[in-house]
Order: sequence, then structure tokens, then C-alpha cells
Amino acid sequence: MRVRWLAPTVYIIFLMVPIYWLLNMSFKSTNEILGGFSLYPHDFTLDNYREIFRDPFWYGGYINSIIYVSLNMLISVTAALPAAYAFSRYRFLGDKHLFFWLLTNRMAPPAVFVLPFLQLYSEVGLFDTHIAVALAHCLFNIPLAVWILEGFMSGVPKELDETAYVDGYSFPKFFFKIFLPTIKSGIGVTAFFCFMFSWVEMLLAKNLTQIDAKPIVAAMTRTASASGYELGLLAAAGCLTIVPGAIVIYFVRNYIAKGFALGRV
Amino acid sequence: MATKTDNNRAWLFVIPVVALVAFNALVPLMTVVNYSVQETFGDNLFFWHGLGWFEDILRSERAHAALGRQMLFTAIILVIEVPLGVAIALAMPRKGPWVSVCLVLMALPLLIPWNVVGAMWNILALPDIGLLGHTINAMGIDYNFTQQPIAAWFTMVLMDVWHWTSLVVLLAYAGLISIPDAYYQAAKIDGARGWAVFRHIQLPKMNRVLTIAILLRFMDSFMVYTEPFVLTGGGPGNSTTLLSIDLVKMAVGQFDLGRGGAMSLIYFLITLLVSWIFYTLMTRNESQ
Amino acid sequence: MARIGLSKLSHSYVPDPAAPADWAIKEMDIEWSDGGAYALLGPSGCGKTTLLNIISGLVTPSRGSVLFNGVDVTRLPPEQRNIAQVFQFPVTYDTMSVYANLAFPLRNRGIPDTQVQARVREIADMLELTDQLGRRASGLAADEKQKISMGRGLVRQDVNAMMFDEPLTVIDPHLKWTLRSKLKELHQRVGVTMIYVTHDQTEALTFADQVVVMQDGEVVQIGTPVDLFERPAHTFVGHFIGSPGMNVLPCEIRSGGAFFAGRHIPVDAGIGVPKPGARVELGVRPEFTRFADDGVPVTVIRVADAGRHRIVETRAGDTRINLLVPETAEVPTGDACLAFDPAHTRVYMDGWVSEAA
Repeated sequence: MRVRWLAPTVYIIFLMVPIYWLLNMSFKSTNEILGGFSLYPHDFTLDNYREIFRDPFWYGGYINSIIYVSLNMLISVTAALPAAYAFSRYRFLGDKHLFFWLLTNRMAPPAVFVLPFLQLYSEVGLFDTHIAVALAHCLFNIPLAVWILEGFMSGVPKELDETAYVDGYSFPKFFFKIFLPTIKSGIGVTAFFCFMFSWVEMLLAKNLTQIDAKPIVAAMTRTASASGYELGLLAAAGCLTIVPGAIVIYFVRNYIAKGFALGRV
Repeated sequence: MATKTDNNRAWLFVIPVVALVAFNALVPLMTVVNYSVQETFGDNLFFWHGLGWFEDILRSERAHAALGRQMLFTAIILVIEVPLGVAIALAMPRKGPWVSVCLVLMALPLLIPWNVVGAMWNILALPDIGLLGHTINAMGIDYNFTQQPIAAWFTMVLMDVWHWTSLVVLLAYAGLISIPDAYYQAAKIDGARGWAVFRHIQLPKMNRVLTIAILLRFMDSFMVYTEPFVLTGGGPGNSTTLLSIDLVKMAVGQFDLGRGGAMSLIYFLITLLVSWIFYTLMTRNESQ
Repeated sequence: MARIGLSKLSHSYVPDPAAPADWAIKEMDIEWSDGGAYALLGPSGCGKTTLLNIISGLVTPSRGSVLFNGVDVTRLPPEQRNIAQVFQFPVTYDTMSVYANLAFPLRNRGIPDTQVQARVREIADMLELTDQLGRRASGLAADEKQKISMGRGLVRQDVNAMMFDEPLTVIDPHLKWTLRSKLKELHQRVGVTMIYVTHDQTEALTFADQVVVMQDGEVVQIGTPVDLFERPAHTFVGHFIGSPGMNVLPCEIRSGGAFFAGRHIPVDAGIGVPKPGARVELGVRPEFTRFADDGVPVTVIRVADAGRHRIVETRAGDTRINLLVPETAEVPTGDACLAFDPAHTRVYMDGWVSEAA
């Protein structure tokens, strides 16, 4: 009992070490990095970050990523809401099979779909647009959103619906004025997971874009492939990709555990 | 669970989701099926090849090896991450200000783009200037993940543990905090302690979330591509070339569409089959 | 089995309690004899569950001590106190069979299997669970699960006391009565000290030999059900027990007599001297109030039929006075006069019953 806190502490330290190392690198010049091993930057510099905020190739990548992630979040949640409601409230022809089929798409290895996606989106003229990535990410985010939201909605007693109808609410009025506010924490949690999976995915995002909608994660492969080259810049860009996630997670910190318990991620 | 009413008009609610997912899933899937039964020599010329590619792959050493590596990887990380995640969740504080701090810090790796994770571990493990590589070498152990298959595997597994154990922790923790205090009190009064509390109270109550955790970890580790690819590029040699890496190499790199298509389908079917087994087990547990 | 004593006991959940409101349990001394059936009765948040948890050892009190047979057990953990507790929500080990559930406390104490088996069968028989022994506990109904929780306490022969924390809350109304009489029967059979926490007066009064009424962390009265009904020591007790509760009328003390609405009201015992500024009230139950030719003038507001009797609500100025009249009696309409039975009319000062100086 005395050492209970030890395990989480050691684990968190383990989690922080690679992040520290990335941070450490980002404040060094590439010359210093390649010059030899050092635990902290001896020649502290912000040049790498300056470079990122100066060069549209870099900061444009961030903007692109944020645009398609937000689009995806919006599409996924909006489409998943009515579907999750249907799954949680009604029995209909083929409902169980449909639900399972949706889930199977969460199981499809993106590697399988890279090439066909490339061809599909070129065919419909969406190649290298934000919407293409946002739509492609729906493949795994919509099933996930439906799954989580269905969990939250099943937790709301059906009597709520019935009371509202008795009180003379029409369905749309009930849905928007009563039902959605009731499950708002569920919607928050869902949006969080959509954000998370869209933000971290790169195989599809990279292959569906070229210049105009190139995500930050893809911009980074330019330096990653030229191993050792511009390591400082790469580290700084990497650090900046952690920031949005950290901000989002800070806002939903109190819901995370609850969301995991209520929803079914 | 509330009883549901029969209503086939509920399909109207599901249409947007079905349309979006079908667009993304069915069309590419058909494309893959189409490739998998044809032979191409470029220039958009395709010839019927029947099940040739499938036979090819089922006999191919290369595919067997890649699949074997993928399975080995999944097995290793499940064996490490699930018990570790549960142990950490058990040791976490239940209330107080530290809960939020723990949760936020632990969730952080989950929100880092996957190729950044790979790149991060790459520079961490570099034998000369990386903290991990440097430390291991300084301890007198010869370590170079770009040249030694064992070192490459060690780094790849460690990276995945770093990246994904938190998911198991969060899920297990959610299961733990949903256990009412009365259960612990009753156990105390009944004279149960330590292992018995875990075995008869905590484990049964975590049953559902743990199934989800294992299912998710299975699916994601079986499909993992980006992080190991960025870390090792599949090397040294082919030692860390997982099925997914091999597949992308084949389809995008070598433009071997037929073989790639067939392999994609086999890959997808394996994932589906194992996931389906989990799913049935899970729903059966719930209905009990 | 044990005699249970609480000595100068008080408890606070805040580290440095200052205001009276910081105390979840205000200082109390209670002595419960071996083999008795006791109830802790009070509204939600009055501290009764805290008190129960202090006795069972789940909570360590800030001050004072808990004594089992005169031995101080304040610092002992629950498993060393040999007590059993049944919680509000049934706690069963869902992955185990009913048999394994009942055997669990014995097995944890390393009792040989043959003895375990004999004892489990005996208790299952007593609780009418024999047919379910082989089933998994997770599939059972709430009342059966609650029986299992009781059984886990009963199987142990060394139990000092059994605690019940509102055990019937989640039980269907028609089963509550069955389970309650089962409990009463068990108490008579095994003779173990039982302490029963509830906010339901019927449960408390039918189960217990002695009821401890609590309010705001304070014991307001300890007594038999008859005591509580006929001689409430506090207006709260009068109000909380009985349906409808005791009438409480503002009153004045003049030359040693009690006056309400300018009228002298004869009372049971002597009247103490009120402290300056004290709230002085008269308490009389509706059961001991009747219509009379001469007395306190009131207006009849409403009559409600409660089966064997009727509840009449009247008003004297701003004060509401209820009375019970037999089903057959005439109830006047409009203006009427009330008389109170002097033997059951008492003066309360700041809530507490007034004793003659």
C-alpha cells in the first residue's frame, strides 16, 4: 500500500522520457544534435520553431490538418447522431448485421485501402482536398462515433422520449431541445475520439493529398525520410503536433474515464 | 437495457451513415477484389488471373513470414500491455487532484500522430545520439536497432507499449471506478484481501471493458503500419517487415496490384475473423 | 456475540471541525446489550450510516471509542471485529455460485471444507436458498441477492453483530414484508445483535426492540417503539414518527401554566422555567386530540379518509392541528372546538421536552 503511487509514477516518467527527448532536440540546432550526445540543449535555440512559423510549407500543414480534422469531426458526429439514436431505440430489419458491418470497417487495415482510396478520390475529383481526407477518415470514425453514442443513448431512459411526446413535443424539437442536451457529455467524448483518430492517422491523409491539403504529418515525412537531415526541425514540428492533442485532452479530462465507462470505445 | 420498439423507418436515420461508410468501404473493397483476380502489365491493361494470386500468396514464403511477424508482434504486445495496463489502473488513485493529472499525462501518447511517434522513437533510440540507445550502449550492451533484428524488435515493442498501454489503463480504470464502494466494504468484512478482491470483485467488473481493450489492441496492433515503418522501415533486412508494411511496399512501392489486392483481402479476412470471435464472446458475456 | 458500547463518540469528515455543522456525528454515549435488535432511524443525511460504518469499522471516528464486550475495538479493521454487514444495494460475487458466495467468508478464514459445507447448507436452509445453491449469483433477483448478503453474515458463527444499511431499499414492495419478517425470525433464531439503519419508521418500529432516532448527527431519543410514540423527547421525534406527525403549537408560559391562543392547556408533567428567548411549544399527537364542546376554537379545513379512521385537518389562526377521529364519528364542518388529552400533552423548549425543575 505504501508504494501504490510508485507504479503510476514510474509509468508516467516512462511516458514522458521520449517526449522530453523530442523537446530537447527541438531546442537544439541540427549541428548540435549531430555533434554528439547531450541531455539538454547547451546552445538553446528557438530557430527551429521560427522556421516552422515562417515557412508556409510547415505552418500550412498545421492549418490543413486542423481543417480536415474539424471537418471529419463535424461529419462523423452529425451523421452518427441519428444512426446511434435508431440503434439505441428501435429494432429494425437487419439492425444487428448493420451494426456489425459498421464495426468491421473499424477493423479494416488502412493499408488495404490506400491504393483504392487514391483511385476513388481521384476519380471523383476530390484528390488533394480537405474534404477527401475528412471523408476518408469517416471510414473508421463513423463506426466509432455510432458505437460510443449508442452506448450513451442507451443509458438515457426511454421514458424521457415518451414524456416529451406526451408533453406535445414533435420529434425534431424533442431531439434538438431535450435529447441532445441530455447526452452532451457523450457528444463531447465522441468528438474527442473522432478528433484523436483523425489527428493521429497519416497513411490515408498523406496519400490522398499532394500540395494544397497536405497535412502536417505528411510534411514531416520529408525530413523523416532524409534521416539525420534537419533533425531539429523535425523535432520541433513533432512537438507542435502534440500541442492540439494536449489542449483537447485538458478540456475533456473529467469526462475521459466516464466516457470510457459509459461509452464503449 | 430498455426494450426497443420495432420500427423499420429507423432505416431513415441510418442512411447517412450507411452512405458515407459504404462510399468509403464498398467501392475500395470492390476495387481490391477486382485487382486480386487480374494481372496487369501497366498501361491499364488487365487480364483475368482467377484465384492465381491467392494461391501464390498462400504458398509464398514472403507472405507467410510477414504474417508470422505480424502475429508475433500482436501476441507480444497483448501479453505485455494488457496485464501492465491493468496493474497500473489498479495502482492509480481513485479520487483527488492526482486523478486528472494522471489521466491527462497518460492519455498524451494516444494523441500524438503516429508517424511522430515513430520519428520520436527513432531519434530516442539512435545508438549514438539518442537517449535510449546511448544509455543502453553505455551500460555495456551492444545495441543498434538499425542493424540488429533483436534490437529492432525490442525498440518496436517498447514503442508500442509506450504508445498504447495507456488505452488499456484508461479502460481498466473506467471499469474500476464504476465498482461501488459497498463491494470493497463487503469484501473487507468477508475477510477477503489482495488477490481474492481482485479475482472476485475487480476482475469480473472489468470483464467488459477488458474485452473491449483486448479487441481494440488486437485490431490496432494487427493493422499497425505507420509507427514501425517510420521507426525501422521494416529493417534491418526484412526482420521487422510486418504484413501491413509488406503490403504497402507491394501495392504502392512495386505497384504489384494483383498480389497486393489478394493479400489485402486475406489480411482483412483474418482481422475480421478474429474480431468476429471477440465480438461474439463479448455480446454473449453481455447477454448473460 | 457482543454487547456494543459507544463512548464519547464523535466524528467529522473535515480535518479541523469547528462549527457544529462540521460534525457528522455529535458526541454520544450508547450502550446496546447482547442479542438485541436495534434500529437507527432518521432522515437522509442524519449520520446514521456513518454511525453504522463506525461500528463496523469502515470508518474510524475522530474522537471517542467503540467497545465490543467492553474491549476497545476503535482501531481494529472490519475483518478483525467479526461483524457482518448488509448493504443498501445487494452485494454478491457475481462470478460465483450461490454456494460459493455463502462459503466465501468461511473459506477466507481457512475453515475446513466439511465444516463449510455443513454450515452453508444449514444457513441456506434457514434462508430458503437451498434450491438456488448451484446457480450463479448474477442471475438472481434483488431480494434473493439480499438474502445471500445476509447469509454471508449468518454463516459465520463468531459474528459479534450484524449491521443492515437500509437493506430493503431496492426490494419490491410486496417482498419487503416477507424479507422483514424473515429477518425478525432469523434474529429470534440466532440471537445475534442486530443493528438496522433505515429512514422508514415502519421498518424501524416493527424490527427493533429499541430505536435510536437521529437528526443532524445527534441522537434525539433512544427508546422502545411505544416510548417514541407516547413520550417523544423531542418535537423532531414527534414529527418524524407517526402519521400524521405530532401537532406542535406555539405556546406561552404564564404563572406555571401553558397557554395556547390565550387559553390554558393542562399538560402531563411539570413545566420548567424557559430560558430567555427559548422557543416554547406544545406537543400533542393527533391520536390524543378530539373534538369537544369547549376548548381551542378551530376551523375544519379538510377531512381525509385513511381506512379505519379519518384524518381531520383544522386550523387555529395560523397553526395547523390534525386529529384522528374514528370512521363512525361525526365530523363537524366549519367552526369547532378541540380538547387535548392532558396525559399526552407536553411542553417542549427549543425542541426538547420540558421537565419540571
